[in-house]
Amino acid sequence: MDALLELLQNDARLSTSQLAERLGRSEAEVAAMIADLQGKGAILGYHAVVDPERAGQRHVSALIEVKLTPERDGGFDRLAQRIARFDQVTSCYLMSGGYDLAVLVEGEDLREVARFVSEKLSTLDGVLSTATHFQLKVYKQSGFIAGEATADERLAVSP
Amino acid sequence: MKPLQDRIAHHVRSLPRSGIRDFFELVVGRDDVISLGVGEPDFCSPWHIREAAIFSLEKGQTSYTSNLGLLSLRQEIAKYVEGLFKVSYDPASEILVTVGVSEALDLVFRALLNPGEEVIYHEPCYVSYNPSIVLAYGKPVTIQTKVDDNFVLRASDVEAAITDKTRIILLNFPTNPTGAVEPVEELEKIAALAIKHDLIVVTDEIYCELLYGGSDGMSPGEHVSIASFPGMRERTVLLHGFSKAFAMTGFRLGYACAPTVLTEAMMKIHQYSMLCAPMMSQQAAIEALKNGAPEVERMRRAYAQRRNLMLKRFAEMGLPCFSPGGAFYMFPDIRKYGLTSKEFALRLLEEESVAVVPGSAFGEAGEGSVRACYATAYEKIEIAMDRMAAFVKRLG
Repeated sequence: MDALLELLQNDARLSTSQLAERLGRSEAEVAAMIADLQGKGAILGYHAVVDPERAGQRHVSALIEVKLTPERDGGFDRLAQRIARFDQVTSCYLMSGGYDLAVLVEGEDLREVARFVSEKLSTLDGVLSTATHFQLKVYKQSGFIAGEATADERLAVSP
Repeated sequence: MKPLQDRIAHHVRSLPRSGIRDFFELVVGRDDVISLGVGEPDFCSPWHIREAAIFSLEKGQTSYTSNLGLLSLRQEIAKYVEGLFKVSYDPASEILVTVGVSEALDLVFRALLNPGEEVIYHEPCYVSYNPSIVLAYGKPVTIQTKVDDNFVLRASDVEAAITDKTRIILLNFPTNPTGAVEPVEELEKIAALAIKHDLIVVTDEIYCELLYGGSDGMSPGEHVSIASFPGMRERTVLLHGFSKAFAMTGFRLGYACAPTVLTEAMMKIHQYSMLCAPMMSQQAAIEALKNGAPEVERMRRAYAQRRNLMLKRFAEMGLPCFSPGGAFYMFPDIRKYGLTSKEFALRLLEEESVAVVPGSAFGEAGEGSVRACYATAYEKIEIAMDRMAAFVKRLG
């Protein structure tokens, strides 16, 4: 399982047959392993990691610190799950430290993100406060260094 | 004035150029080539190791170090070697940090050989063994290991090669270029021979972290060093380094572990010729030994997958290939096509733009095979295998 996850985490485009070849297993076995991982929610999904600037996308991201009032039953879960379901929210984590939720939000421009925060997020019952930090530049995203080409600089033949 | 050619020392003049160098010049300047001709990892040195080198420069650590190398590095090496090879060495006097295993090889021959004394080693082998011995005025004595015998070095062949001039048995397992790993029983017999004939064993174990164990080649095998056998530590020079497992070829860092008297003799030459290995490389190496194990294993797993890919593809295209237990090389047997290894490699380069190294570059015993390195991206190997399959199909 670990070897399969390592391959997929590095390149989710690998087909079942390519994975089977690399792992020395049959395609049916690999398909079953993937189904199992997806079934139990170990694999949440697959996507391309995009640098919006280089892709020429209109794009703004923000990290929003959110303070919540915990509920008697369930603590932060109900409210956190409610926030996480908004399309604008790309990631949502419960944090230790000075605030409760770290909410990553994406939109086409500042206004869209601001509207989401002021109209949706901060108006929720239980949300005590928000602090919005806009992202200025991507250096690394989901394990990939931005703007780094990979060239093989080795000698073509060496001992 | 005498022609400059005549000024070159005789033993240097007669030294052949490396077959690898010749082939390299044919490949240079062609950008469509997928090269399986390299002898180093495709991975860049892990960032935490590079970062340690940068930090060392930032701190201004740009001086000489002790001739033996930084004590803190030798202490880390001692720990690492004890864990991996099951032999303990005193960091104060039994470990010498060198500029790659290449320098350590040069040192050991220069330190131990009197003119005309013999070194027995197995071919096919790394290209510098013969010249390193010749440059130390020693006499190379080769044993031809065979693909039909899985490139095992037979103790009986070693014994037959021993004369009253023999001083050293040089071993390299896992082997470049074949990937062969010596069976422990045979290694034990060779150790017994070394003891019986009072010989020094020099063992180059640079690929020892890169083993492919288990029936599927995916699990890390267990390395056995001849230095760990009873009675061997006192007559063995163990050579290892950072280039392969830690992907640090450009750092040029290796080491020799040996009893104090031998280490001292090598150090004498090293201090006059090299003085010490570069400080920033040594600092990077400390980081590698302390925290590099997970990255080494990650790279090993990647090599294992590529190894299995090549084995499978070679089998599918009907190219017989020995199943290597270590390193990152395949050494397929091309004899059935009736071409020399050089002809095969040249035509493969010309017709399909895939570079492999002719087996003859690794000594006489390498003729009949080519070396294909799998330290290259999986996707590139896939394309190279498609091209090779088309090529051997045409050869029929």
